[in-house]
Amino acid sequence: MLVYEKNALTEEIEGLAKKHGTDRSALLPILQDLQKAHHAISDFAQQEVARVLDIHPVEVFSVISFYHFLRPETTGRNIVRLCKTIVCDLAGKEAVQKAIERELGIKFGETTKDKRITLEFTNCLGMCDQGPAMIVNERVYTKLDPETACEILRTIK
Amino acid sequence: MLATKIQETRREGSLLFRHLEPGAGIKKALELGRDNILFEVKESKLKGRGGAGFPTSTKWMLTAAAQNPVKYVVCNADEGEPGTFKDRVLLMDYPQLVFEGMAIGGFTVGAKQGILYLRGEYEYMLAGLEEHLAKMRKDKQLGNAILGVAGFDFDISIRLGSGAYVCGEETALIESLEGQRGEPRNRPPYPVNTGYMGCPTTVNNVETLATIPHILMNGGLWYAKHGTDKSTGSKLFSVSGDCALPGVYELPWGITVQELLDKVGAKRTKAVQIGGASGICVPKSQFDRKIAYEDIATGGSIMIFNEDRSMIHILKNFMEFFVEESCGQCTPCRIGNKRLLEGIEMIENNSYTFAYIRTLKELCKTMQLSSKCGLGQSSPNAFLSILENFKDEIFNTNGNGGANGK
Repeated sequence: MLVYEKNALTEEIEGLAKKHGTDRSALLPILQDLQKAHHAISDFAQQEVARVLDIHPVEVFSVISFYHFLRPETTGRNIVRLCKTIVCDLAGKEAVQKAIERELGIKFGETTKDKRITLEFTNCLGMCDQGPAMIVNERVYTKLDPETACEILRTIK
Repeated sequence: MLATKIQETRREGSLLFRHLEPGAGIKKALELGRDNILFEVKESKLKGRGGAGFPTSTKWMLTAAAQNPVKYVVCNADEGEPGTFKDRVLLMDYPQLVFEGMAIGGFTVGAKQGILYLRGEYEYMLAGLEEHLAKMRKDKQLGNAILGVAGFDFDISIRLGSGAYVCGEETALIESLEGQRGEPRNRPPYPVNTGYMGCPTTVNNVETLATIPHILMNGGLWYAKHGTDKSTGSKLFSVSGDCALPGVYELPWGITVQELLDKVGAKRTKAVQIGGASGICVPKSQFDRKIAYEDIATGGSIMIFNEDRSMIHILKNFMEFFVEESCGQCTPCRIGNKRLLEGIEMIENNSYTFAYIRTLKELCKTMQLSSKCGLGQSSPNAFLSILENFKDEIFNTNGNGGANGK
């Protein structure tokens, strides 16, 4: 990481601390904002968050490692989460999964080379009446079939 | 297909989905006063709709009685149980009811701050909910001096989860709000005494809070007239799986499984999983059982499986879910779920012995007894009920234990 990048990140984290406060309870909102902006929470970011909140960096890491949506490693710009819980599974998740994997040339759990898309499974999205379902970033798509799923992924940047 | 318009839910019943003027619940609450609200809620015998079924009036009374100037009302919208989506419908279409319920709760227990803990997967609702909160503040239904009554201050903030099923457990939810890992706490002390930031906190399910304004408007006795003696009122059921009309239904407690199946157009049904992954699996022979706290309790998840489905496949899916979502804090849950999943894989590969299955069933008992929170205590339910009720299918099929089809 270059020095000016580090400085920019520090500034950003201090800005987030102004927005959410410097209590321990602000940790999760700060991390969520960072995750959204950078698609990862790097080691340096973790240290800076720990510094502004006055806690040990390992505390920050322990929180990141607990929550599925927070990541220390870089993910793609878009995260595609396909529901794998039983109702969506029975509604045809596997066909959708295989079509997406063929289309993008990667498996679930991987990221495309251009960092455009990370594929992931997730547990119940609360869309069981309209499965199979997936969320792309925070947007939900339901009643997927292999073709529409691939079409949706084609259009995201 | 975009899910921005989630209207394809089917509603019935006149308790929760009846018309209510915005703000009427809060106005009524102010007329009644604290003691009368508690009385009405007690009369209604309302129990927590998240699944555990703790009496709401008791929770509120304990929080109200706690000595602390700062108290909190937390709305648990971390709806993660597989097959549950009633809170999604309530928050999308009836946010007014939920927020009014929170304000009434705040007024009753003496809290000035409400927090809605929204699961990370529902982030798409955030903008709409914030907008609704802003509107309520403008209409003086939230903020300082609500409806012009000096001293009645209450405001609601929304906090997002980050994809952890266990945060639906109330103490884990509080840990998460405090910026910690979402690991359940030892109880006691209960949140009603030592909750968020060590202050008395009442944590209620979305549906519970949405019921409150209706109970106040019509009286606790009116509500208690519906449903059964021990399970009063109605319940929102999230129906999914092999049926013609999946969706959210409001039905009175005490309905039998068969009646429900007829309503949703389910044919050739083999099994119904009631209460989500942590619930129990009901075979055809028990379809006359009642859905109520005294018989089959549920947070509302109803998953229907027809005759083509392989039960071992379903069970494996549930156990994979628990292995992934166990917070790892206590040993029976962290290791136990893994062992159960391995057992299922053995059955699939036909490499099991009945002696080992028996050992696993004993392990289930241990988990139910010794796990710290509801996750580990209830995760063996599916394992036990499916192995018991479908042993013919699972053990008597030649070859791979019926794991062929889905």
